[in-house]
Order: sequence, then structure tokens, then C-alpha cells
Amino acid sequence: MNQSMDTTGSRTGMWLFLYTEIMLFGGLFVIYAAYYRMHTMDFIASGKELDMVMGAANTVILLISSFCVAASITAVQQERKKLACTLLSITLALGFLFLINKYFEWGHKFDLGIYPDSPAMEDSPHGRILFFSLYYTITGLHGIHIVIGMILLSVTMLFIFMDKIRADHFVFLENAGLYWHLVDLIWIFIFPLFYLIL
Amino acid sequence: MIKESESHMQSYGKLFSILLILLALTGFTVFISRVDLGSANIWVAILVASIKASFVLLYFMHLKYESFLIKSSFLATIGFLAILIGFMFWDIAFR
Repeated sequence: MNQSMDTTGSRTGMWLFLYTEIMLFGGLFVIYAAYYRMHTMDFIASGKELDMVMGAANTVILLISSFCVAASITAVQQERKKLACTLLSITLALGFLFLINKYFEWGHKFDLGIYPDSPAMEDSPHGRILFFSLYYTITGLHGIHIVIGMILLSVTMLFIFMDKIRADHFVFLENAGLYWHLVDLIWIFIFPLFYLIL
Repeated sequence: MIKESESHMQSYGKLFSILLILLALTGFTVFISRVDLGSANIWVAILVASIKASFVLLYFMHLKYESFLIKSSFLATIGFLAILIGFMFWDIAFR
């Protein structure tokens, strides 16, 4: 079977989709910037309540996973199917680890009564309420993207197994990889804005 | 059949060195965030994040080897995001 493929068109389409994702998170960061400007002191105090070590660990996890995805493309190009699948499995495991960290992080915050509309938050300064609402919205939306990325990469691995992704045709892997890198890219900004502000 | 790639192959070593740079920058941004620079802290954090993002985009996401179409449309997207952020600060300043 000789299907004609337009890989450049396919990749361009993926980038166009990524632009919409950039604007989606960009909009949320704009809200963050506005509220930071209006409630700077509350934001700084609230940021200190987040666990920096946890945030840094998740940053490292995503960076390593991003490397694995990029390396898996090289592996496919070199027809090293096994290596490509191993690298993608590591990525999936790291994605899972990221979500486990997030689970404990959110769980701990819930235990402290920090969640939208909680009784403990009622008397908080307005800026603190806004900070944690944004924290849950942005990291929550990001977490959903991690899950989608993991599903995409699982499908990609299946395609490599089935030889649907090969050295002469791997645009699906490239596009799934682009999505995963974007998720990493967004975290690169979430980390300093929420965990590191002083 | 259109030929699969002008796709550029990147060596594992090169990708790994990019990873090391990214990890080093992460360490740096954590360290510098503990140093009190006043209101400059947030700008340094955003600057380092932007440098990290550039490495991910250029090498992991192959932007460096992409066509003019993708490069220019990406910059346009970032440009519009900058306008959005700029208008927001404009609004706050004169409200």
C-alpha cells in the first residue's frame, strides 16, 4: 500500500494546534499577572505555602521525560524499535510519577483546608483566595494535559510495535512528542510563578 | 509520495547535553529565587524560564530545523501573547 503522506502539512497542523494551547495557558498567565500586580504581598505569602521541593522534583521529572521523547525520535530514525519503546515507557512512567506527586501535593493542601470555597479559606485575604484558585485551575488543566499526553504516547508506542511508525514514516511520533514538550514547556513557567515567588 | 523528512536527526549526546543545560538552569532558578533581589526576583525567574523554554523549543521540539512558515507563525503567536499581556498592564495602570 502506498499512501501519499504530507508530513510537513501534518506537522504544520500540529503547530497550529499548539498555538491555540499557548493562547489558552497564556490567557491564564495574563490573569495571574493582573492579580499578582494587584495583590503582590498576598501572592508572595501564598507562594511560600507551596512545597518548592515537590515543584522542583516535578520540573526535573518533566525535563527528563522530554529528553526521552526527543531521543525516541532519533531511535526510530535509526530503526532501533526496542530503544524507542523503552524511552517512551520511561516517559510514561515519569508522567505517572508526576501525577502521583501532584496527588500528594493536592491531597496535603486539601487536608490543610486549602481548596476553593473551603471554610478555612473564607477569612483569607482576597489575594490568597485568588492565588490558590489560579493554582488549582492552572495545575489542574496542566494535569489533564499530562493525562492526554500519556494516552497519546501510549498509542504511539502501540504504533511502533505494529510498525505503523517506522524510520520512513514517524510524523505521528513527532506530533505526539510536540504535544508532550508543550506540556513540559508550560510547566517551565508554572514552576517559578507558583513555587518560587519570594 | 512526498519524501518523509527533511527531518533532521539529532544525536543522543546532543539531546542529553540540552537536558543537562535545562537541569542546570532549573538549579540556578531555584537558587536565585532564594536570594532577595526585591521586585527583580520575578523578572529573573521569568527570564530563566524563557531561556529554558527556548532550549526546549529549539532542540527538543526541532524548531531550529523547521520551515520559515512554522518559525514565523510561532513568533507571531508569541507576539500576540505579548500584546495581550501588554494591554492588560496598560489597563491596570490607567484604571
